[in-house]
Amino acid sequence: MDRCAIIGFGMTAIEARKPGSTFADMVWEAVNKALDDAGITIKDVENVITTSNDFFDGRTISCMAVGDASGVREKNCSCTEGDGTFGAFYGLSRILSGAYGTTLVTAHSKGSESVSSLITNAAFDPIYERALGLDAITAAALQANAWMKATGATSEQLAMVSVKNHGNARHNPYAQLPMEITVKDVLESEMIADPLHKLDCSPVSDGACAILIAREGLVKKGRKKPVWIGGVNFCSDAYFLGDRDLAKAPALTKAAQKAYSMAGVANPAKEIQAAEVYDAFTHQELMWIEALGLAEAGQAGADLAKGRFALGGALPVNPSGGLLSGHPVIAAGLYRMAEAVRQLRGEAGAAQVDGAKRVVVQGMNGLCGQSHCVWVLESGK
Amino acid sequence: MCADLSGIEPVIYKSGINVPYHWWAGDTASAFLTALRDRQTITAIKCGSCGMVFVPPRKTCPQCFTPNTQWLEVGPLGTVTAFTVARKQLAAIKDTVPVVFALVKLDGASTSMLHKLLLQNPSLAKAGMRVKPRFAQDRTGTILDIQGFEPA
Ligand SMILES: [Zn+2]
Repeated sequence: MDRCAIIGFGMTAIEARKPGSTFADMVWEAVNKALDDAGITIKDVENVITTSNDFFDGRTISCMAVGDASGVREKNCSCTEGDGTFGAFYGLSRILSGAYGTTLVTAHSKGSESVSSLITNAAFDPIYERALGLDAITAAALQANAWMKATGATSEQLAMVSVKNHGNARHNPYAQLPMEITVKDVLESEMIADPLHKLDCSPVSDGACAILIAREGLVKKGRKKPVWIGGVNFCSDAYFLGDRDLAKAPALTKAAQKAYSMAGVANPAKEIQAAEVYDAFTHQELMWIEALGLAEAGQAGADLAKGRFALGGALPVNPSGGLLSGHPVIAAGLYRMAEAVRQLRGEAGAAQVDGAKRVVVQGMNGLCGQSHCVWVLESGK
Repeated sequence: MCADLSGIEPVIYKSGINVPYHWWAGDTASAFLTALRDRQTITAIKCGSCGMVFVPPRKTCPQCFTPNTQWLEVGPLGTVTAFTVARKQLAAIKDTVPVVFALVKLDGASTSMLHKLLLQNPSLAKAGMRVKPRFAQDRTGTILDIQGFEPA
């Protein structure tokens, strides 16, 4: 693969409600922050990918709402639905085609403006499943039970993910829910769907994120230290939940193995210094850590309890605070990439992981993690 | 936001989307749904290449990328492979909570089917429990022709 790098990023603060910002306002803010960060102008951008979801936005061809704010006029713009990491993958692919130079990727959503339960219910098959009344949370709860039964993970271990991530968010100026909480607080929070308590679930959030990707020859245009794309891969699992073993995530494992192989990573648990993963629910962080090869199967909970994934531990996971501390669906994976860039530039402040040279990022979309996109980002070539 | 607009009251525009759809269920799902309605049986379809038995049935095998051809009946007994007890009245849930959602692997099937468990005490739900379908009195050819699964 030709060498490409992330040369800039911009994030809005993640908030429960942004009544003062339209989709376009949020994207405008993120795009201009990204351009400022890179020290380039919109004229330097040749290729734009926007990421959105029509159902969440409540409009057909939802990307149209943010085209002007993304500076697409008289440029080649294309839209992705799903997670922001998928948009970034598409943007990178277009660079690698040789047809495009510097590429802007945006992603946005405002969970506050609709009803997430109804929107994620519509992700179920309309003929066979939708009328049953499940949504993303109850589906994740099925998965959590299945995974806990298969691995012996405990509710206390799940709660520790929430404690860690909300705690990490105290160092993140963009996070919605920085909190100092205890395992007891999590276990005593409202039971939403067994075994997931309120504090096991990520909140409803608003936010937009933008990143700029450039091929090697154009990277020097950026004013900050480039963050190199060492490897990337994308893999999907079966659509129907009943076709999968919900206690496993083979699509993520496959995507990770291929991304590591591209990056020349033989032993991810040793060669990666931090991870930003899609912790929409506490159990998912532990599941994804294992599927990413960062812990032995069934050991993530025990490793977490020993502090291995905490700030200051051997392999901090979600030093940003993760999605439990703010989950703008669709934009969420792009936020993870931006957070990895902050780490690799040494800009993460009190959440900085010492010696972070390689960070793995996971984006995800679909019920219980149907599709996964894994990025290996590096500070040097 | 621009500084000169600070202090402006944000106007919230209330709206919604309500579009009726009339989806053709497809011949495979039609066969499944009419069997629920007319015969109170759960039908499945088998891949001639790998032997996977799919419930709910679909026209092609995702592994072999070939058409599925052989219909058979599965169950009515099955085993719960995953479950959750929904406690909060989330907007998508039509029944009054607690509601037990589950994946049920019917005897003879290779895949599990998403549905509900009908339990006097939802806290007794567990993976591995044996269940059987309870069919609705009035059946109209939808997945809700099965009311749910109850202990066998
Ligand atoms: Zn087959």
